[in-house]
Amino acid sequence: MQKELITDATLVSNYIKGDEGALGILITRHKQRIYSFIYSKVYDKDIAEDIFQDTFIKVIRTLKRGSYNEEGKFLPWVMRISHNLVIDHFRKSNRMPKFSNSGEFSIFSVLSDSALDAEKTLIKEQVERDVRRVMDELPEDQKEVLVMRMYNDLSFKEISEKTGVSINTALGRMRYALINMRKIIDKHNIILTN
Amino acid sequence: MAKLYSQNPKREKIKRNPKQETVDFLLNYSKALNVLKFNNMNFETVLN
Repeated sequence: MQKELITDATLVSNYIKGDEGALGILITRHKQRIYSFIYSKVYDKDIAEDIFQDTFIKVIRTLKRGSYNEEGKFLPWVMRISHNLVIDHFRKSNRMPKFSNSGEFSIFSVLSDSALDAEKTLIKEQVERDVRRVMDELPEDQKEVLVMRMYNDLSFKEISEKTGVSINTALGRMRYALINMRKIIDKHNIILTN
Repeated sequence: MAKLYSQNPKREKIKRNPKQETVDFLLNYSKALNVLKFNNMNFETVLN
């Protein structure tokens, strides 16, 4: 009770003289007002806690350095420091906007990872394996043209030179290869989708 | 009519306080901080 009667000015002067307990009284006396003020601006417990801490770190350093002058009152001075730190906080967060997933809008509905996930990778491998197996069912001449065109990326002119047939024959073999593959797929009810 | 004459509900302000850890940190920081003055220069040391 006796401590409550000591004015802020006396406590500040005692603290500057080395009485560490005086700071405890000052913090206990004003913590609720200062913290509530910061919270009313930032609406986040953790950020309010950080700003409250930074405010008093500034207060402690200024008092210990002896740069504090008793012109104004202690509480308005501390409130001004916390106000400035709140402004600094908003300046920083404007420079680096943060998205939180608290409302209806979810940032992850806009951003997506283009890489395939484990399930899609497995499906892709399976589809590719099935296509290979279907190709194995084709006659050798059709399979040869298909592999050269689709896997080796050769033009029909290059295929005709390599296989020693005309371009039209190579085109025809490619056409029959695709028709036959579709038939095999339909016959065995193979699903080749991702 | 009853509603018109009823008292306004008291708006209680929620009292918010910082965590005790934060206050303890500040008190310990204050004890650890030492400022040395030398020719218009300030040297701050935190002894922990």
